[in-house]
Amino acid sequence: MARLCAVAGIGQTQYSARRDDVSIAGLLREAATRALEDAGMDWPDIEAVVVGKAPDMFEGVMMPELYLADALGCSGKPMLRVHTAGSVGGSTAIVAASLVQAGIHERVLTVSFEKQSESNAMWALTVKTPLQASVVAGAGGYFAPLVRAYMNRSGAPDDTGIRVALKDRRNALKNPYAHLRDPNMSFDTIASSPMLWDPIRLHEACPSSDGACALVLTSERSVRKTKYAPAWIHATSMRSEPTQFAGQEKVNPQSGRDCAKDVYKKAGISDPRKQIDMAEIYVPFSWFEPMWMENLGFAPVGEGWKMTYEGATALDGDMPVNCSGGVLSSNPIGASGMIRFAEAAMQVRGQAGEHQVDGARIALGHAYGGGSQFFSMWIVGSAKP
Amino acid sequence: MSEIVSEEGGILTAPHVLEYPYRRSVGPVLGRFFTELRAGRIVGLRTQQGRVLAPPQEYDPETGAATGSDFVEIGPGGVVTTWSWVVRPRAKQPLDRPFAWALVKLDGADTAMLHAVDAGDLSRMRTGMRVRPRWRAERVGHIHDIECFEPEPQATADNGLGGERQRAGELAMAEEAQKPVTNIKTPMRLEYRYSAGIATSRFLHGIAQGKILGQRCPSCSKVYVPPRGSCPRCAVATEEEVELSDKGTITTYAIVRVPSESIDVPLPFASVHVLLDGADLPMFSVVQECPLDQIRMGMRVQAVWVPREQLGPTLQSIRYFKPIDEPDVPAEKLQETV
Repeated sequence: MARLCAVAGIGQTQYSARRDDVSIAGLLREAATRALEDAGMDWPDIEAVVVGKAPDMFEGVMMPELYLADALGCSGKPMLRVHTAGSVGGSTAIVAASLVQAGIHERVLTVSFEKQSESNAMWALTVKTPLQASVVAGAGGYFAPLVRAYMNRSGAPDDTGIRVALKDRRNALKNPYAHLRDPNMSFDTIASSPMLWDPIRLHEACPSSDGACALVLTSERSVRKTKYAPAWIHATSMRSEPTQFAGQEKVNPQSGRDCAKDVYKKAGISDPRKQIDMAEIYVPFSWFEPMWMENLGFAPVGEGWKMTYEGATALDGDMPVNCSGGVLSSNPIGASGMIRFAEAAMQVRGQAGEHQVDGARIALGHAYGGGSQFFSMWIVGSAKP
Repeated sequence: MSEIVSEEGGILTAPHVLEYPYRRSVGPVLGRFFTELRAGRIVGLRTQQGRVLAPPQEYDPETGAATGSDFVEIGPGGVVTTWSWVVRPRAKQPLDRPFAWALVKLDGADTAMLHAVDAGDLSRMRTGMRVRPRWRAERVGHIHDIECFEPEPQATADNGLGGERQRAGELAMAEEAQKPVTNIKTPMRLEYRYSAGIATSRFLHGIAQGKILGQRCPSCSKVYVPPRGSCPRCAVATEEEVELSDKGTITTYAIVRVPSESIDVPLPFASVHVLLDGADLPMFSVVQECPLDQIRMGMRVQAVWVPREQLGPTLQSIRYFKPIDEPDVPAEKLQETV
């Protein structure tokens, strides 16, 4: 039987287009220091460090974990790095949690980051390969045809994506760390923003952000008395599948469905929409909210858009989604998954401030990456499982 | 064909260069180091234990503590603590003639920094030799503001360990009212030799003859194009070759209106998934000869090839797909092949 693992400290940086005031190391340090403070701990308390980020080509620093060892106080401690594309923030937290659950370490620091201003993510995501035809432009170019396929098969109203973007950007106004905080953002601003990868408009796409997120994960006996009680990890799960194969369900991936099913089973959840109080899910393009609502079993296939339409996913809805403003409002890619996991934990700790869901006790953190092929999820609760 | 393709035993290879102009934010500590370099000075940073780190580091490598801002001027001369001779310098290295990569412990520093030493000849290099920086006349706030180090003239050169060590003491902030350095440019260039492998090479040899060759999985019978030599789902080798039609169906698409360095197609263009007749997995391609607002899922299309004499073993031999006069395939038949 695995040991209990608590989310005892959470730290986030300010997310913005360009954090010129800090180096990459300084950026991680900012998040890590805040997480340690939140946990009532200091560097010597930490036994091991787990770092995550997306492809090294984003910053052009090969194996950045080596250069980060001093900034993260790793002298004399085990350190390891995780990489599962966009889902990495989530899988990094899960790897760190497993070190506690397995009884290997008492107190683990996990940090994930991206400093997108150091380059242009499009380079790293769509490398022109010799002898091939280059026709896919960045993540938007890859996912836009899948969004179109979803629109077509669900018959969802065309403005569903605009409604998701508006909700998330409004939620971001309540999150002091969010990158995009424009109080004048309206339905019309989003609807009239240029199509980048038709059917995805500019304001229906995530920004490029600099930022880091950190968690202090501890065993039950290492939890210290701090302002907020810890969040308890009830279940974690990861699943993957090949980038492309015949018969693949690209719009509603099998690995995502399997991952959700597994994490619910481990957490004793039979009716996710009833039993889960809120979810932070990885929505880099607005239409992925309804797509993931179906993939995660919150809505029947073809009906995810109704949750957006009926306001179920709003902050005051019955299944609030991305109360922090989500990936649509802040996207330091490697950190984005961990931010989802962190925000879910903040909710059940009652720590989410203006974007707090009243009485949230059970929350889902979700991340995906690659060509919708890596999934990581956790369920956290205010009470021990 | 723009690419220089070579072939050995049927396997195609081509040069693959990744080159990006990264822009690194350096933070306050290294920012100060680079700002001082621009002014022709070298600073180290004194830790709480009194060690002088050079170059300065934001966090003490031993304790992980933030190192603060106790900067001290060091050098400019120093001692080579170890080195390695470069016989044939590469394009982006600091010198175009044989030189040494050396760890140089500057006077007043407790750690050594890596830089090039222009000794002229291997016989002049030795551990313990004294060196001094050769500054560039035009400095921008970068490690290359020091072009390299060079042997100190005469004096103590043979008695390297006895070199003068002087601590410059507390350093007043630079007087120049210049903006501190916050960023440096760190261009990267990686040169690879891309190998297409067995399955893709066979496919590309087919393309060079105007044929599209897929492979059928012996286990699930699905036909992959381009083939990968194995079925990602069944994890078995695929050997049976299947020639496919160059006609197919658009299963989904996007209209791309945003530029990307890797794409040569003029904007806006239709990026499509095309399921070739007989294949079980769509290919990524482009549709032209069709108004963008008339492209639709289920639309029938056919490949437009480059002229026969220009055919080569590259997917660029297929210029794009164009609509053909056949009835659309109903959407429900395309569910599994997005």
